[in-house]
Amino acid sequence: MISDLFSVTVLVGILASGIRLATPYLYAAIGETFGQRSGVLNLGVEGQMLLGAFAAFYVALKTGNLGLAVFVALLVGAVMGLAMAFVTVNLHAQQGISGIGFYLFGLGLSDLLFQKMLGTVETVKGFPKVDIPFLSDIPGLGEIFFSQSILVYGAYLLVPVAWFVLNKTTLGLKIRSVGENPEAADSLGVSVAGIRYFTITLGGTLSGLAGASLSIGLLNVFQQNMTSGLGFIAVALVYFGGWRPWGVLGGALLFSMVNALQLWIQVLGIPIPSDIAVMMPYVLTILVLVASVSRVRAPSALTKSFERDE
Amino acid sequence: MKKFTWLMTVVVALSLILSACGPAATPTPAPVEKFRVAVVMPSAINDLAFSQSMYDALIRVQNEMGGPENFEIVYSENMFVVDDAAAALRDYASQGFDLVIGHGSQYGSSLQEIAPDFPDTSFAWGTTVDTFGLPNVFAYEAASDQGGYVNGVLAASLTTSNVIGVVGPIETGDAKLYVDGFKAGVAATNPAIQVNVNYIGSFSDVALASEAANTHISAGADVLTGTAQMVVGAIGKAEEAGALWFGTQSNQTSLAPSIVVASQVYHWEVVLDEMISMIKSGTLGGKSFVINLANGGEVIEYNPAYTFPAEAGALAEAAIEGIKNGSIKPLP
Repeated sequence: MISDLFSVTVLVGILASGIRLATPYLYAAIGETFGQRSGVLNLGVEGQMLLGAFAAFYVALKTGNLGLAVFVALLVGAVMGLAMAFVTVNLHAQQGISGIGFYLFGLGLSDLLFQKMLGTVETVKGFPKVDIPFLSDIPGLGEIFFSQSILVYGAYLLVPVAWFVLNKTTLGLKIRSVGENPEAADSLGVSVAGIRYFTITLGGTLSGLAGASLSIGLLNVFQQNMTSGLGFIAVALVYFGGWRPWGVLGGALLFSMVNALQLWIQVLGIPIPSDIAVMMPYVLTILVLVASVSRVRAPSALTKSFERDE
Repeated sequence: MKKFTWLMTVVVALSLILSACGPAATPTPAPVEKFRVAVVMPSAINDLAFSQSMYDALIRVQNEMGGPENFEIVYSENMFVVDDAAAALRDYASQGFDLVIGHGSQYGSSLQEIAPDFPDTSFAWGTTVDTFGLPNVFAYEAASDQGGYVNGVLAASLTTSNVIGVVGPIETGDAKLYVDGFKAGVAATNPAIQVNVNYIGSFSDVALASEAANTHISAGADVLTGTAQMVVGAIGKAEEAGALWFGTQSNQTSLAPSIVVASQVYHWEVVLDEMISMIKSGTLGGKSFVINLANGGEVIEYNPAYTFPAEAGALAEAAIEGIKNGSIKPLP
């Protein structure tokens, strides 16, 4: 039974599942990484995802235009991000609590819109799997890496882009300096408010895309509260990844692979109670987090709002 | 401090807006004869699963009784927080509803506390058999193993790969009963078929349910089933892979008309009718009910757009008859 786990079908299955499951986490957590590196904790990710998921689903259902659906999801996420930026940057609201407010807002509004505009669970034609020529023919690897939907590829391409922007560009330097020492950044002429507006709006936009990746990429349905905690796990993954895109990728993959593994453990009839199996990804994540807690330091100005002394 | 006050205002305002989003439970002063029912549900009334089965049944009862003038229904849905549900149940009871239903086994302990405070109100909850020995509490449950068994018989005669996948929520109650009945039906038809079961540990994680379906398909399954509201994701994956699907709780044909073979549908009105007539004659509780194939509370609804061989259909009908007359017992 245990040995069944090491067959090619199972290993390929686990890896391909893990890659798919990690997709929404990646979009949301990379967006959140930008926000936190500039000193803003956004706990409203889940609400932004739900609204993005609904917007994308609704547009795809009514128009059949997937490009437009993604665009609207991005737009909805951006508007949510802008609102969050206004509340935390201009009004200096406590970030954790206002984030939870935005989460509840997104949860309630997406539910209301679903009730009023759809009324029942429906399916939609989402992004199909795209086989990358030649590469998708490689046995095993092809199915794992090169036969996924376009939104899955996008999530993985985002990681090196985010790394480059954060570490190799002037913009990235500004974001990091605002997150570490906003007073110093301000005295050097960096607009703290401007940078934070940018990162929080970017975070919202990517959360909207994370929602779309569920409703029109991976699942092709919309249901109330369909994210069921994904957004909060994404926030946790930012800490887990040490505020670095590659770390976030590692965390998202670890969590998702273990989740895929536990699905297979049950399917193969390996005698572990299902309650224990579903705990595995969470337990492992906590263990890794405990083991690596002192490795990196959080951005110094994280959750601190900035007011210029005049 | 000022900021904090401001922030609290925002939070309170938001929560007010949100609570306003829920369906309002404003009772209208009613003529004496009108029967008034309030129900609290864990998910949405249109979840194509557990909550919808009760909502649809209430609507059918309403039609039987001649519309909203004679039979008033109010509901609170998505009450996944038990404390909120308890508050709603108490509110409904104090508003003088004739019957207050807590549609979820998680609401039991709340009802046990609330019911004695309202001796003139009738309460019902499920799925369970436990009325706590209280004179104003009814209990109801579904023999979901029976429809599960029939689905299993039909699934076993339609699989060609001899591998069947099951996506379950949490290994308990109604879900476990359905899954165990389904496995028994498959085993009784063809013991060589392998049934892989996957409990994902959640009633709401659509993404994980859909990945569980992918896992079953990779493991060779060509027929799938599952229970609870998160399976909508799994049905989509089955459709993509061309695998067949068997539904339960509500009719799930509309989600994927090309692959849904049959659904076990709960007709709670069988139980509701009986409760209502008991309440009208002055008995407010103390009895537990079961819906099953024999009393018409469970119905196997086939998808008319999906045709299967006549032999398979005959096997399913034989199973239904056998369960009805007691010659087949799905679970020992």
